[in-house]
Amino acid sequence: MSLNPATLDKKEFGSFLKQVMQTYDVIAPVELAEGVSAYRKIESPEEISLASHNTQKSAKEAFFPQSEVMFRYEKEGNRTQVTSTEEVNRPRLILASRPCDIQAFSLLDKVFSAKEYTDVYFLKKREKTTIVGFACNDPLSTCFCTSTGGGPFTREGSDIFLVDLGDAYLVEFLTEKGKALSQNEFLREASEGDVARAKKLEEEASKRMNVPVPLDGIETKLDQMLENPFWDRIHEKCLGCGACTFLCPTCHCFDISDEASQKGGQRVRNWDTCLFSLYSMETSGHNPRPSGRERTRQRLMHKFNYFPKNFQKIACVGCGRCILYCPVNFDIRQVISEINEK
Amino acid sequence: MKNPYLPIPMVVKRTQVETADRMLRTLELGFLKEEDEKAFRFVPGQFCELSLFGKGEAPFGIASSPTEKGSLKFTINKAGTVTTALHQITEGQEMGIRGPLGNSYPIELFQGKNVLVIGGGFAFTTLRSLIIYLLQPENRSKVKDITVIYGARNPGLLLYKEELADWQKRSDMKLVVTVDAGDKDWKGKVGLVPNVLEEVGPASENTYAVICGPPIMIKFTFPKLMTLKFPNERIYTSLEKRMKCGIGKCGRCNIGHLYVCKDGPVFSYEQLGKLPKDY
Repeated sequence: MSLNPATLDKKEFGSFLKQVMQTYDVIAPVELAEGVSAYRKIESPEEISLASHNTQKSAKEAFFPQSEVMFRYEKEGNRTQVTSTEEVNRPRLILASRPCDIQAFSLLDKVFSAKEYTDVYFLKKREKTTIVGFACNDPLSTCFCTSTGGGPFTREGSDIFLVDLGDAYLVEFLTEKGKALSQNEFLREASEGDVARAKKLEEEASKRMNVPVPLDGIETKLDQMLENPFWDRIHEKCLGCGACTFLCPTCHCFDISDEASQKGGQRVRNWDTCLFSLYSMETSGHNPRPSGRERTRQRLMHKFNYFPKNFQKIACVGCGRCILYCPVNFDIRQVISEINEK
Repeated sequence: MKNPYLPIPMVVKRTQVETADRMLRTLELGFLKEEDEKAFRFVPGQFCELSLFGKGEAPFGIASSPTEKGSLKFTINKAGTVTTALHQITEGQEMGIRGPLGNSYPIELFQGKNVLVIGGGFAFTTLRSLIIYLLQPENRSKVKDITVIYGARNPGLLLYKEELADWQKRSDMKLVVTVDAGDKDWKGKVGLVPNVLEEVGPASENTYAVICGPPIMIKFTFPKLMTLKFPNERIYTSLEKRMKCGIGKCGRCNIGHLYVCKDGPVFSYEQLGKLPKDY
């Protein structure tokens, strides 16, 4: 019998997952070191660390890893044998991805699944993956997803959605892909009380969200601001460390390089960032973005002007990581407000 | 699902050092697989990522024309890691390409019009492709006058010297080759491209201009085109920026919301006027 919504007791969570792991590779939040949490493929349910707030690194790694081998090659005489690593054999499941990160997947889709050229490495993982969203009962002060079209309980993009009820999870099966997991002996029918509790948590979470960040019309505003002295000032604070772009769930820049040995090697892509001077430096020595001014401008223009021009959406999901982890407290919300005052 | 990151296997058929300083070398590459050759359809102005396993990739305009069947030509300036390795590769060795990538010169717009080609230095590669393409008898009848102005710093730095000599003899095009400074054997024109353009003074009416060259040449040639009353929408150029993926994913070659790799490399001045000067 399939139950929808269902309730899963926390003490049964491990057993439930063990069953899921018989079919799926499960990718879940794991505490890699103190304060460093990220999504990793788990071997056992004990590895999971479901904190009350979002992971430090975003769930984009599940589709677009920080470092990814694209193919291996082997030299035999004059011939070179190339083997692509694009295939994904086992179905995958991302467990407990937050609504902001899930919204970011839909933005990455626009880049990587564009019809003219399909990024097979991203897309093949995406197609094989079931997404289990996880409600944010306790949004942080840096969260502003409600300003970017999302919300702490937004279910869009999830195949399954979990709400933490304290001693149990409310489990909603939202798509056919998700319903494939609804037949599990550890699930029981959700009571009206469970559903009501989830509803109440949702209301409380939305009340806790900060004042909205004014993003309407920012694209048009920025159209006129390319040469504005504003950029001369705001970049001064930025160290150019790139942390914001690496932690950003929507940033998708990468570098491609070869790692070679005597007889073979591999071509690898690694996350890169527009905040590094080498990013746009040409062999001739010419750099079209020679200073922090141009690089900071590129980061913000890409998110709020260029990306919307190409895909009709801003490339920000309000996860707040760039605010939370910036070593010099550069606050994108403040920058947005300043742009609006121009 | 086709993987756009996997290189097409190619073999080096012929190599030629182009310039006296030995910094420019043309590679002629043949396809190793017939199906790859059949599937490879391109238009002048497009480019490829040349791929050397263990060294990496770099983008180069296709210097041959689609009308020259059986191989592809690329002229490479020795500058960094990949290009140095491409200068060392020998005939018979295998390598890879990815492409064709990017848009192309707007050949369909040239129909029934005059075409003015202005090139400087080693930016002449895709212009060669365009000229050869337009000179093919069937294509030649579709456009009116073809005028080519090509300059280099000195005679030794001119590309494709044999072809330039052939083109000089043709009656169906006008070729003006110039150098900034001649040498004792140089019998041709001496003068900077912008000045030579002024001297040649091609009519802008019904004419498209395609200009590729070093930024300094473009900077001084563009005002001359303005004086000749070329409208921005009939001036085209091909841009370069640092690239990796070549397919609009990796992010780095954008100028505003457009990617040089995917939406370019060919842009009209009309388009460029609306974009940030981020190149």
